[in-house]
Amino acid sequence: MITRVCVAGSGVIGSLLAGHLAQVSEVSVLARREEHARALNEHGLTVSGRVELHQSVVAATDPAALPEPDLVLVCCKGTDLDAVGTRLAGHFPSARVMTLQNGLGADEIVGRHGAWPLLAAVTFMSGTRHSDTSVEYILDTATWIGPSRGTTGEDAREVAELIRSSGLKADGFDDLRPMQWSKLIFNATVNGVAALTGLPHEPRFAQLDEAGDLGHLVLGLIDEGKAVAAAAGIALAEDPWEMNVHATRRGSRHSPSMLEDVEAHRPTEIELINGSLLREAARVGVPVPLQETIYRLVKAKETSWE
Amino acid sequence: MVGCGAVGSLFAANLGTLEEVEVWAFDLSREHVEAINRDGLRLTGAGEVVGKVNATTDPAELPACDFGIVATKAMHTDSAISATAHAFAAGCVATVQNGIGNEEVLARHVARVIRGTTFPAGKLIAPGVVQWDVKGDTTLGPFEPQPAPGAEIERLAEAATRAGMPTHAVADARGPQWRKVIFNAATNPLGALTGLTHGRVCGETPLRRLASQLVEEGKAVASAQGIELDSDPEELIDFAARPEVAYGHKASMLQDVEARRQTEVDFLNGGIVEFGRRYGVPTPGHEMIWALVKGVEASWAH
Repeated sequence: MITRVCVAGSGVIGSLLAGHLAQVSEVSVLARREEHARALNEHGLTVSGRVELHQSVVAATDPAALPEPDLVLVCCKGTDLDAVGTRLAGHFPSARVMTLQNGLGADEIVGRHGAWPLLAAVTFMSGTRHSDTSVEYILDTATWIGPSRGTTGEDAREVAELIRSSGLKADGFDDLRPMQWSKLIFNATVNGVAALTGLPHEPRFAQLDEAGDLGHLVLGLIDEGKAVAAAAGIALAEDPWEMNVHATRRGSRHSPSMLEDVEAHRPTEIELINGSLLREAARVGVPVPLQETIYRLVKAKETSWE
Repeated sequence: MVGCGAVGSLFAANLGTLEEVEVWAFDLSREHVEAINRDGLRLTGAGEVVGKVNATTDPAELPACDFGIVATKAMHTDSAISATAHAFAAGCVATVQNGIGNEEVLARHVARVIRGTTFPAGKLIAPGVVQWDVKGDTTLGPFEPQPAPGAEIERLAEAATRAGMPTHAVADARGPQWRKVIFNAATNPLGALTGLTHGRVCGETPLRRLASQLVEEGKAVASAQGIELDSDPEELIDFAARPEVAYGHKASMLQDVEARRQTEVDFLNGGIVEFGRRYGVPTPGHEMIWALVKGVEASWAH
């Protein structure tokens, strides 16, 4: 039974999960900033948009000040994983820890800091953060969960069931990789192109009418990713090109997080997303010159504001 | 002079110091034209020059000229030459613009075309005043399908050289042109996409390697056309990265991107892609860079 959940990192995804789960479990929030923890303790968490929720939560910047959870959901940015792992080290020995970051290897990074059983998830939920205590729920797409170190599909399904009971969409699987890789290839491509061009994810990304159209580049990048997946023996759950076409037709003109990071001159998740795709490509010996170019350009762009 | 921005001004002001040469300049900037007519065209920096130039925003005012030198941004070639072609009915027209494909555009409007490449650089710092940053050579040669006579090319080169702009008349000007295009196409967009100066682009090893890949593709396209580069663009890249040369220089394409102006990418990477297709040489790197920079331009509409 999962009765206590700790959400570590409360950006959009963390806040959406915390706000929903607080209806069906006892939720605590491990915040990075003291003022954020204080605001949550004083005002609770409000979720608007698709739902109207107002829930009280217990928040702190020190895990020792939080109740012992059954489940930890690590929802920080990929660039903060190591820092969050460091803060969790030595705490919550009986909890299972689940990561929800883009890319590959978030569970491994956190797992270096403790012997917790691990789960990994990819989420397609989206929202907008209005303040430390208020988030708007926009896209009600699913969260997919799979086992990692010391867990099985049973654990994944149990967590999915808990999340579903709170009103969000979730599914548990015996093997997350088909979903994780579909999203990896999608993110490496769409986030990278958006970060370099300044374009939000919009119909141009799927446009193939004329020779110079951006869709050709997107398709080329996705094809490289698919070749890596095939060589790694992973049967993709969804075709990343179809995901791209579908997402651009929704008409929301979504700003990928990597574009937002670039615009704010923050470190991006390039290592966790594109970096892990390149490492897998090197491991299975598949050349990915286009993906490599995206990686190099984004890494260089990060140095321009250092 | 068709287009009297930074590079156009270097030619116009220097030629305007010659007794026997009457220089006219066509430019769309009214302020610049008025300042030139009032005070002369002034260069400062690498050389201190004031040239006598008749400037106008009205192409109808241009007299019949022996020579035209086109120095607009590459995307404005067609409109600029179609407005001024009447002045060159009996003359020869040279391009000193960036990129590939300018000669072809000129040849649709005028009979005798000179292929040109120039290395001097500067920037407009006030109406009528141009900062001369870098001195350098210019190479002129015939545009093969519609050539200007060799003697005329030599006459223009001689005048430019005497005026202070060292210029060589050659039989095949494609080598210097492709060396410069390959240099620009391999480095400018990397600066534009990352925000880094030329020296920092070269200092980031993975990025410098990317530039080399782009150089290789460009060389293959040049060689498929039988063009012999006059020197290796790689050397030019490393030379320009020296602290005393252009380490801290923001490529013109980066300046364009920062100012949200349309770039010359269609005539640099786009030109290499087009010629690659024509000669059956794959250019995946230039295709990718071209698409990314076009994406940057498209993002400004949002």
